[in-house]
Amino acid sequence: METLFIQRDAAQRAPGKSPHALVGVVASGNLEVLLERVLDGVRCEVHVKTPAAGFGEVWRAVIEDFIERHAPGGLRISINDCGARPDTVSLRLAQGVRLMTMEASE
Amino acid sequence: MKNALVPSRTGSWYEATARERISGLLDAGTFHEFLGPTARAVSPHLALFDLPEAFDDGIIVGRGKLQGRAVLVAAQEGRFMGGTFGEVHGAKLVGLLRYARDHHAEATSPRAVLLLLDTGGVRLQEANVGELAVSEIIRALVEARAAGVAVIALVGGRAGAFGGGGILAACCSRVVISEQGRTSVSGPEVIETNMGAEEFDSLDRPLVWRTTGGKTRRLLGGAGAYAADRIESFRAAALALLDGGIPAFDLATLAREQARLAERLEKFGACQDAPEIWQRMRLADAARIADLADEDFNQIAQAQPEANHDAR
Amino acid sequence: MTRAELLDALFPAGHATRVEADGILVGTATYGQNETVAVLGLVEQTPLGVEGALALAEHVLEIIRHSPGRPIVVLIDAQSQRMRRRDELLGLNEYLAHLTKCFLLASQRGHRTLGIIFGRIAAGAFIATGLALDQLVAVPGGDPMVMDLPSIARVTKLPLDRLETLAKDTPVFAPGLAHALPIGAVQEVWENPVELSAKLAAALQEPRPTRDERAALGLARGGRLHAAEIARRVEQEAVAAAAHD
Repeated sequence: METLFIQRDAAQRAPGKSPHALVGVVASGNLEVLLERVLDGVRCEVHVKTPAAGFGEVWRAVIEDFIERHAPGGLRISINDCGARPDTVSLRLAQGVRLMTMEASE
Repeated sequence: MKNALVPSRTGSWYEATARERISGLLDAGTFHEFLGPTARAVSPHLALFDLPEAFDDGIIVGRGKLQGRAVLVAAQEGRFMGGTFGEVHGAKLVGLLRYARDHHAEATSPRAVLLLLDTGGVRLQEANVGELAVSEIIRALVEARAAGVAVIALVGGRAGAFGGGGILAACCSRVVISEQGRTSVSGPEVIETNMGAEEFDSLDRPLVWRTTGGKTRRLLGGAGAYAADRIESFRAAALALLDGGIPAFDLATLAREQARLAERLEKFGACQDAPEIWQRMRLADAARIADLADEDFNQIAQAQPEANHDAR
Repeated sequence: MTRAELLDALFPAGHATRVEADGILVGTATYGQNETVAVLGLVEQTPLGVEGALALAEHVLEIIRHSPGRPIVVLIDAQSQRMRRRDELLGLNEYLAHLTKCFLLASQRGHRTLGIIFGRIAAGAFIATGLALDQLVAVPGGDPMVMDLPSIARVTKLPLDRLETLAKDTPVFAPGLAHALPIGAVQEVWENPVELSAKLAAALQEPRPTRDERAALGLARGGRLHAAEIARRVEQEAVAAAAHD
């Protein structure tokens, strides 16, 4: 397993109030994304565990693009990958940010 | 804290993830997960095999409401490691069932547990601790039942309910199954590997489905309710079962189960294939069972004595 | 150890058992201070199919009905569940579950249930017999498993020699008694034949365990470090959540 860590400042805080959310499953060609609203300000951290070695640059590009488009400030994002393609990764990240805006009624 | 859940897009139980099933099964906004993904209770053994972990180890446990009544719920994710029982995965279900056993009498406590089984059985990378977990789960489940808790198995996922999962399903108070809910102990591939393709050709899909599939299980009495492959259909079936009688876990029930299973062997023990059973049941549509639409099938099942004598 | 040797060593004061169809052993024996124990078993390396499971379950129910409180000793020298399409068609899962439930009911109704593995037992048949009992011990030759290593290699697509190496460092997956002990699946190995009758009498004298203690045992032995803690944390969170509802 290869681990990657990417940290950036986003343009703004991620919208919504949900403290955490999980999307996707760890299955071949898929991944799970856990988002947690635990960081200060507009910082965004992404931790990736992947069985596919040597794709660091691709991951970096996909995640930087995501942070730019979705402004997930304040989120720590943890990914368990199972060989997902870049478009699947982008889709799950976007779904995750959207789920963070849904009210988990208390 | 309650969890936000993504609703299923298609409504199909088979296609949905475990979280989507919970989202559609329970009353909206009522699900509260225990030891959820932020706790990162991952399998400590998969790294040894260089396999990816899941933050919930492939099982979601928690509480919520079903038509206003408090229930406990556990859902296996059949797409992660085939929904298999490992040490952590199994222990989460043990904890849930022990809670049900010990706290059922309190005013706000759930008196029903919904088990959304979706499993190939024991996780071979953790075979010994997974198998022992299944045994601990069954013991806690039976103790909860003896204390008066209803445990309902819902089977219709991608991985079916195989191995220890098949045994576990039959230990529950009631079983809801869809056609997709294949259930057996040894899976077709395992039988083929050990006994040869003449014994069980695992590539013969119609044979696999009419041997292990939900229609056969329902007609023989292996499941007390049949659901269409829709999340709302499982919800309706679970509610109907909870409103119907739940068998006590006692000598009378097990004596009735003994008689039920003996009668099955007597009537159908010589049958080698499902259509022979359907003929002996004198089903009008014996030749077409596999092709029947859910509603038509359900009518036949509800009229079939073996299917509805389900002491367990 | 043969079955005859095992029976003689366990019950020097006498035993009367027979083997019925499908390898089902049934009878009674005398132990301790001239007390009677019910003897059941799955023997002669027989796989457990629908007929065997049903017959064994019937014996358990008979003991519950007619000999309340009598201890049940289960001798095990079997295989896995029977791997036949016809057994699965008939719902082998229900038959194995029924047997499992009968043993657990006996235990709930105050019968001591104690298993002694003296040969092979595997997979679903293990869940429905040895693992369904309050106490489980082995004598030399006892060989519990989920699946043999070549089969695990095939399913996990890992080379056999790699699995053999891994099995030296962890008891969690590889077959055999050496791995069943540290995780708490098997409580003890009774090595010495001359001590068997005394060990059995002592085990049956102990108070019946009211809780499943196998996770605690696995933790104490260092072979299963997480199960007890995970189950406890789920219970704890469930209690906390109930307070909010």
